[in-house]
Amino acid sequence: MEKTKKYSYGTKRFIQFGLIAPLVIWLVLFLIIPYLNLFVNSFWTNGVFGVQHKFTLENYTKFFTSGSGSNKPIMVLLDTLRISVIVMICTILISFPLVYFINFKVKKNKQLFYMLAIIPLWVSYIMRAYSWRIILGTNGMLNSFLIWSGITSKPIDAFLYSNGSVIIAMVHIYTPFVLMPMYTAMEQIPKNLIEASKDLGCGRIRTFIKVLLPLSIPGVLTGGTYALALSMGDFLAPNLLGGPTSSTKISNIVQMQFGTSNNWPYGAAIAIIIFLVVLMIITILGKLEKHFSKLEEAGR
Amino acid sequence: MSKKKSGSTIIVAILAVAVLLFLYLPIIVVVLYSFNSSSISSFPMSGLTLKWYVVMFHNEALITALTNSIEVAVIATTLAIVIGVPSAYGVYKLKFRWKKFLEKVVIIPMMLPGIITGISILSFLQMVGIIQGVLAVILGHTTFLLGTVFPQIYTRLRQLDRNIEEASTDLGGTGIQTFFYVILPNIKTAIIGAALLSVTLSIDEIPVTFFLNGVFTTLPIQIYGMTRNGFTPEINAICTIILVASVAVILISNKISREEA
Repeated sequence: MEKTKKYSYGTKRFIQFGLIAPLVIWLVLFLIIPYLNLFVNSFWTNGVFGVQHKFTLENYTKFFTSGSGSNKPIMVLLDTLRISVIVMICTILISFPLVYFINFKVKKNKQLFYMLAIIPLWVSYIMRAYSWRIILGTNGMLNSFLIWSGITSKPIDAFLYSNGSVIIAMVHIYTPFVLMPMYTAMEQIPKNLIEASKDLGCGRIRTFIKVLLPLSIPGVLTGGTYALALSMGDFLAPNLLGGPTSSTKISNIVQMQFGTSNNWPYGAAIAIIIFLVVLMIITILGKLEKHFSKLEEAGR
Repeated sequence: MSKKKSGSTIIVAILAVAVLLFLYLPIIVVVLYSFNSSSISSFPMSGLTLKWYVVMFHNEALITALTNSIEVAVIATTLAIVIGVPSAYGVYKLKFRWKKFLEKVVIIPMMLPGIITGISILSFLQMVGIIQGVLAVILGHTTFLLGTVFPQIYTRLRQLDRNIEEASTDLGGTGIQTFFYVILPNIKTAIIGAALLSVTLSIDEIPVTFFLNGVFTTLPIQIYGMTRNGFTPEINAICTIILVASVAVILISNKISREEA
């Protein structure tokens, strides 16, 4: 590459850095500075005359002490974490049989089946969240089906506006995120490894537990991380499908601070807390993933 | 295939079909009920009609929101491609200290919940005096779209054969000539793929837009508002149209990338 004669080494470096410069400038302006600014804002407070630019930990202490019972922001955070973990586990449990089926049982048109499985990822978020209202609503499909078939005589309100409906919608929305990396991981498992296991006298179930399951863990973790991180920050599904108070999630509190409550610094502080929790989740699951990938490498 | 289908295979097949049903049920429901004559989504459907499509096309707010969304998607995607493609090439060519860091930072908005990116950009823009509206939305969208354009192009570049570049320079091609005549044709499909994905992501985006739009509405924001105010069946109609459009986009991009291979 040093054979180019037209430019001196310095000019060449300059041109090449010129390619990266717009990206760096954009990221600094619209990503790094905004994030740092949010962090700084979280130490300010909302006063009578607007935001007080004075360093204080008030917002953070407020987060841990304000409210009572399940309304405490910290309790809401834990509840959100609980719901997100449930969503993650469900998405993994749901994806596994489908991925397993496509990978090991489908002989022809594998690609077609895979496309079928991931098309829902491309369906608009709002459409997917909203469709559950048609199905679960008081006058919705499920209720009128139950009445039509004579199973119940009155519509059941509990389907919608509960944690249950929020979880169902989120599982539906985030399953394709888990499906894809899981499929990639399982696709890479050498088929002869499974044959070998069977040749060595392992049964179907032992092969599954001893060979297949450990080898698909990295893919499961990658997908699980997405599902967990994204549901931690989802404020729309709870808004559309959750109950008036019981399904308030941590991101809804942030949204309120930037809306009706109009307390941006407090909202910033909660956002920073969510950021840290999500970062922790990504780091832990990332470490686990590396650990299992290494095992996999060693196994080969 | 010579083996007889065992019990476990059947169980796995049933489970797989059940999962597919779960994934498709809501989508099928929306499409079916967009043709339902009653405005209540009861079971069984009361009859077939196209009136919600007519209602939809006469809903000015909805049509404005749709054109707004397309405008934002086109501008933000163009920006993300113009900034993302050359920089991916630069990062691919150069060795520098912050390389790994840069690769990580650029995908942050894709990894983190949109709400955090949304309020960060909102607070920053407010600080520098840019009000909520179309400009703010475009800035926000470009930022997270870079998080999908950059890694896609970068991955493709790393899969390229280094020899083709050397061949170009050996034949006397300058850096710029090599980029335009050798590199660009080879990553063309990745660019088209990234652009198509960006357009769909942008048209679908809510959490970042939610904090930046002000009175400027995009399609999902408008639909979100409509669903909050009760049930309007023309939402089914517009969702069906978006669905058909996005499936068409995937099929096209899939076809393009297959032609590559």
